[in-house]
Amino acid sequence: MPGDTAMNATVPGFAARVVVRRSGRSSAMFRFIRRNPEIAWGGFLLLVVAFLAVAAPLLGTVDPRAISTADRLKPPSAEHWFGTDMLGRDLYSRVLYGGRISLSIGVSAAALSAFLGSVIGLLAAFGAFMDAVVMRIMDGIMSIPAILLSIALMAVAGPSVENIILAITIVEAPRVARLIRGVVLSLRSQPYVDAAIAAGSSMPRIVVRHLLPGIVGPLTVQATFVWAMAMILEAALSFIGAGTPPSTPSWGNIMSDGKALWQVKPFLIFIPAGFLSVTLLAVNLLGDGLRDLLDPRLSKRI
Amino acid sequence: MLIYAIRRILLAIPVMGVVALVVFGLLYITPGDPALVIAGDQATPEQIARIHVSLGLDQPPYIRFGTWIGQVLRGDLGTSISSNQTVAHMIDQRLEPTITLLLLAVLLSVAVGVPFGVAAAWKKGKTADRALSVFTTAGFSIPVFVAGYALAFLFASTLHWLPVQGYAPLSEGLWPCLRSLILPAVTLSLVYAAVIGRVTRAAMLEVLGQDYIRTARAKGVGPVAVLFRHALKNAAVPVVTIIGIGIATLFGATVVTESVFAIPGLGRLTVDAILHRDYPVIQGMVLLSSAIYVLINLAVDLLYTVVDPRISY
Repeated sequence: MPGDTAMNATVPGFAARVVVRRSGRSSAMFRFIRRNPEIAWGGFLLLVVAFLAVAAPLLGTVDPRAISTADRLKPPSAEHWFGTDMLGRDLYSRVLYGGRISLSIGVSAAALSAFLGSVIGLLAAFGAFMDAVVMRIMDGIMSIPAILLSIALMAVAGPSVENIILAITIVEAPRVARLIRGVVLSLRSQPYVDAAIAAGSSMPRIVVRHLLPGIVGPLTVQATFVWAMAMILEAALSFIGAGTPPSTPSWGNIMSDGKALWQVKPFLIFIPAGFLSVTLLAVNLLGDGLRDLLDPRLSKRI
Repeated sequence: MLIYAIRRILLAIPVMGVVALVVFGLLYITPGDPALVIAGDQATPEQIARIHVSLGLDQPPYIRFGTWIGQVLRGDLGTSISSNQTVAHMIDQRLEPTITLLLLAVLLSVAVGVPFGVAAAWKKGKTADRALSVFTTAGFSIPVFVAGYALAFLFASTLHWLPVQGYAPLSEGLWPCLRSLILPAVTLSLVYAAVIGRVTRAAMLEVLGQDYIRTARAKGVGPVAVLFRHALKNAAVPVVTIIGIGIATLFGATVVTESVFAIPGLGRLTVDAILHRDYPVIQGMVLLSSAIYVLINLAVDLLYTVVDPRISY
């Protein structure tokens, strides 16, 4: 408001109060960081990686697909910070642009799995028939090792970024569904839900007002872990040749390109692997921290 | 006990049925001609026609599914597109390296994970506990194949202690075979041992807080006997469960590990099948892996009564 500055200047007590409030807020932030170092570290590392991926064009990269036969397999140098691969493509640019693909596959698969899993979990928790049928199907899907099911899915669907996201979602959504079903079943037997039913609340209202708030915590935590799983799956799939198409650089894909020559040029594998592992560490730290913060009842992840 | 076992086996049937339906249905929910999906892009019209006949595409889906299930139950997993051998035969040929690798990895993980978890629970918050925590976080952040390359780079390429890649079959002697499997087995064990360690730690912490442990300590039983004879026995159920679940996960992880270390096992078979778009082989591998998962879970459930006599069915 326009009058505020004038008031601050003329009324000393008011200005002092504003200052106290501001320092209170920043000390609250410091307290949060101090009490949740995992969230702070994970978030910080993720921001750095995300910045590198998003700002890739501004960070001295060249076209990650540009082939230059004269510059094949150059070691890291001033011109090519991470060296070049067997087609003479600049590894630094490929790793930064590859981060865009790897990160967005992770985030999209996590978001889709969280959504689909919650819908299935809620439906299963509310109908005995749905529960029996749907959860049997989920059990069946979960009995196939994640990597093999996604290989089978990719084999019929063909390599593309969209198909990887869908394949990972099909693999991971049942795990989310089982968690949400469990949470909803335990919430539903809470006295306050009985009270809401007795008070005549409608079913949609009970779901939105009384059950969803209880789901948000565990779901957020689970979604972070799905995010990490999705990035590992993408890398593994691309690594064995069932993932992103060869023209699209992703961290798994870059490692797959480098695997033939890894003994002579180890940096072709270890540089993208380092980026992947730091990102996974960040996501896992964030997940651990969020779990301690949002879901203290859950024990430490095994 | 017997009745329980039968009930558990009956309960496993719908799960396997869903798996069969998923594996079978995958080919048909995708748009386009399933024969074309199987044959790949370079297929000739004759090849496609042949696949059409072999799939029985002129018949309705439920009849095809019935025929297929009948074949699978008799152990006939179909014929590979790329090699014209039966899938069952191909799997049989590749079984030895994968099974030896899995056994070694499980032994290693249990031998490292359980004592690690016990030590972490015993000295909670001290060095062993912190080390386990770091170990777990690292295990979850380093994908299997990255760990494999790092180990191969250090112990094979640089130090030349162990062979870089390849597999020596058991028929060439136990030691050459073990030597070729040490690095892949350690690679597979990293995450698995960490998970076993965490579960052991959690289960032990619960048990160590109980009265009878204090009684045992008070009457002068030494720490090793208390930890392993009194406490670990009662913490065994979750540990056995996670070891069982882990074997199935390990089976999936062999796909990538065998590819890193060039081991001619089931994982390698799967990766080759992807490159050749050999769907029947992938189908067979998915069925096999989920059958293993279901069987191991069954075995674990039945083991509970042995591990913990208080449980009876």
